[in-house]
Amino acid sequence: MTDLETFRTETCAWLEDNCPAEMRTDMSGDNDACWGGRNFKFQSEAQKVWLERCAAKGFTAPSWDKKYGGAGLNRAQEQVLRQEMKRINARPPLSSFGVWMLGPALLKFGSEDQKLEYLPPITRGEIRWCQGYSEPGSGSDLASLQTKAEDKGDHYLVNGQKVWTSYADKADWIFCLVRTDNSGSKHEGISFLLFDMETPGVEAKPIKLISGKSPFCETFLTDVKVPKRNLVNEEGQGWNIAKYLLTHEREMIGETGAARPVSEMAVDLAGLEDGKLADPILRGEIAQAEVDDWAFKMTMGRMLGEAKAGASLGAKSSMLKYYGTELNKRRYELLMDAAGGDGLEWEGERSDDGRLAKSWMRTKGNSIEGGTSEVMLNIVAKRVLDMPGA
Amino acid sequence: MGLLLNEDEVMIRDMAEGFFADKAPVSELRRLRDTKDETGFDRALWTEMAQMGFAGVLIDDDHGGNGMGYMAAGLIAEQIGKNLSATPFLSTAVLAATALSKGGSEAQKSEWLPKIADGSTIMALALDEGGKHNPKKTATTAEKSGNGFKLNGSKAMVADGHVADKLIVVARTSGDVGDPDGLSLFLVDPKADGVSVERTIMADSRNSARVELDNVEVDGDAVLGDIESGDATLDAVLKAGRAALSAELLGAGQEAFDQTLGYLKERKQFGKIIGEFQALQHRAAHMYGEIEVARSAVLAALTALDSGDENADLYVSMTKAKLGKTAKHISVEGIQLHGGVGMTDEYDIGLFSKRIRVAQEMFGDANFQLDKIASAKKF
Ligand SMILES: Cc1cc2nc3c(=O)[nH]c(=O)nc-3n(C[C@H](O)[C@H](O)[C@H](O)COP(=O)(O)OP(=O)(O)OC[C@H]3O[C@@H](n4cnc5c(N)ncnc54)[C@H](O)[C@@H]3O)c2cc1C
Repeated sequence: MTDLETFRTETCAWLEDNCPAEMRTDMSGDNDACWGGRNFKFQSEAQKVWLERCAAKGFTAPSWDKKYGGAGLNRAQEQVLRQEMKRINARPPLSSFGVWMLGPALLKFGSEDQKLEYLPPITRGEIRWCQGYSEPGSGSDLASLQTKAEDKGDHYLVNGQKVWTSYADKADWIFCLVRTDNSGSKHEGISFLLFDMETPGVEAKPIKLISGKSPFCETFLTDVKVPKRNLVNEEGQGWNIAKYLLTHEREMIGETGAARPVSEMAVDLAGLEDGKLADPILRGEIAQAEVDDWAFKMTMGRMLGEAKAGASLGAKSSMLKYYGTELNKRRYELLMDAAGGDGLEWEGERSDDGRLAKSWMRTKGNSIEGGTSEVMLNIVAKRVLDMPGA
Repeated sequence: MGLLLNEDEVMIRDMAEGFFADKAPVSELRRLRDTKDETGFDRALWTEMAQMGFAGVLIDDDHGGNGMGYMAAGLIAEQIGKNLSATPFLSTAVLAATALSKGGSEAQKSEWLPKIADGSTIMALALDEGGKHNPKKTATTAEKSGNGFKLNGSKAMVADGHVADKLIVVARTSGDVGDPDGLSLFLVDPKADGVSVERTIMADSRNSARVELDNVEVDGDAVLGDIESGDATLDAVLKAGRAALSAELLGAGQEAFDQTLGYLKERKQFGKIIGEFQALQHRAAHMYGEIEVARSAVLAALTALDSGDENADLYVSMTKAKLGKTAKHISVEGIQLHGGVGMTDEYDIGLFSKRIRVAQEMFGDANFQLDKIASAKKF
């Protein structure tokens, strides 16, 4: 047996022994996700046990080094783990901005002390992080951000306002872009700070969304004292770190999609007449969406494979982010078409409190969060296609 | 599926890339067109392609080929698309070779496959009848007559029909027009009594023909394989043909995009390079995404064919749908973004649009494939 086959056999057995039955069922939505953190209330004992077991095994951040709480898996092993989890329909043990975003940035730019301090609690689901980038005046033009961090000797004094900070009201810590210097170009003088959301002067106010939920906040920062050692890398490196991290975020958002094929969901919603969806045009559009979906998934795999073989994914992640999110919006428009009036119910048991309609509305944010589609196209044009101009 | 090429495949691609750019570039298609070349391709080139092993990619070693397989065939077709190379690769090396390999009797294989692989025989598939591809609407009939059959019907869009040494005619041996089954394949001599072949000059300046079959008598051994296996053989032929056309569309679409992008970086208006205009940047970036996604589909379909994946037929149809749409989109944008010169014969972009139009139509356009996909997935 090759090493990889041995790993598969062992992983398979481990999952069989350790993944509770309740954690092998479809998630009905974000409510079922395990986000961890100081104030997280586990939905069930099974959810808690599943997180603890995976964390102990390093499976909440499988590719990270063991000393940081990971399992030290290589890409091939990580893929095997994903396949085996998918095979038994295991839920992700942890959903975490720490694992998805901050971790990769710290691994590349952080000091050894910072890695040892921040990464293990992330993998154990003890500390939940949020991302403080956007500001009221700085969205797509993120580098124009104004939140100020003044050098006060042993600490920075932070003042400003962040906005659209997802889960800021539930997070324990924030990774935050601040301006430490105003003298150079807008990309210079940005720094990357980490601080506890319980620090005096931090206030997060939820914003209600069109989906009816409030997963993101305005975050006010007033005379917040942040110890100097919470600076990642050097002053002025914030933009580089942010860009690196956004690449990760974009790859990930590009991957969002419905768990089941649109056609199956549409058939559930609209039913069949003589073995076909009754609306022939919708039928064609759904077939096209499935073609694109399939080919897009292949593309994710292919591009990651090419990156592994040496070439960097870099700006190409912007294409994936653009394509994947626009596709996801299309899927939900099609599902709403299939559902008709039934899909429009916003409250009540019949519609599971408007689950489809609310999911549909939520997908609209896919092509805005993490950089808008228009900005992704700008990046592709300039950095992948090498087109001229600003 | 990582969809990355292995060493052998990279070698074939590089070889094909150099070969077609060198021996059969777009200027060669222009020459064939402008001189009204009677053959419609260069026989010497086809012989060279055979010597390179291109004609025998889908033919096994025992019958004179090299059995490199579908991925190799696709990589060759991609370069044919990129250079708009006029060759009988599709008609003979893909369609006929698949028909004989998958459906032929041992005697038929031994007789014909080596001659395909060495470039000495050209064959053409006579399948479609109306303007739109739809095999189940096949009305051409083959009635039992003596110890053979009598064929009647008319065929269109027969690639390389007017130069073929043999026609592979699809005709109905049972059932009615509209039935998905009941089709059989026949090897027909184009010089036989009752066969008339008319070369049709198409938009893409590539070979095509209409074929009339008027009480054409053939022997029993003209049946490819046997009567019953015709439907399965035809499926295999169409899978291979659609995959090869998709790969060709990828090559043509990519090249049309690259030329358009090149023009956007060179043409100046309003004191600027037009590629500085964001409206055009976004259109280019969108096309880039589409072609990358389309490329993955082609690679996945070819991989599935080589590995005998049970979903290969579905993947091939998905790929043909994707490439049909994507290449068409690029060809439409390509002319527009070239402005006035895009409408001239001098610029190649129009030639790409014409070939893309034809190739996306052959063996089912995107709508045909989408309907097939929806039916296969039961919705
Ligand atoms: C669901 C969701 C979750 C989010 N979570 C977080 C979070 O956790 N942390 C965080 O920091 N931020 C978060 N964001 C914020 C997100 O990153 C910003 O909304 C995004 O970058 C766009 O900025 P903006 O909202 O200011 O829009 P604007 O930049 O004002 O854009 C308005 C419109 O103008 C277009 N536009 C802007 N500039 C250009 C240009 N140069 N060329 C062409 N078109 C342009 C945009 O594409 C858009 O269509 C979240 C957003 C959403 C929707």
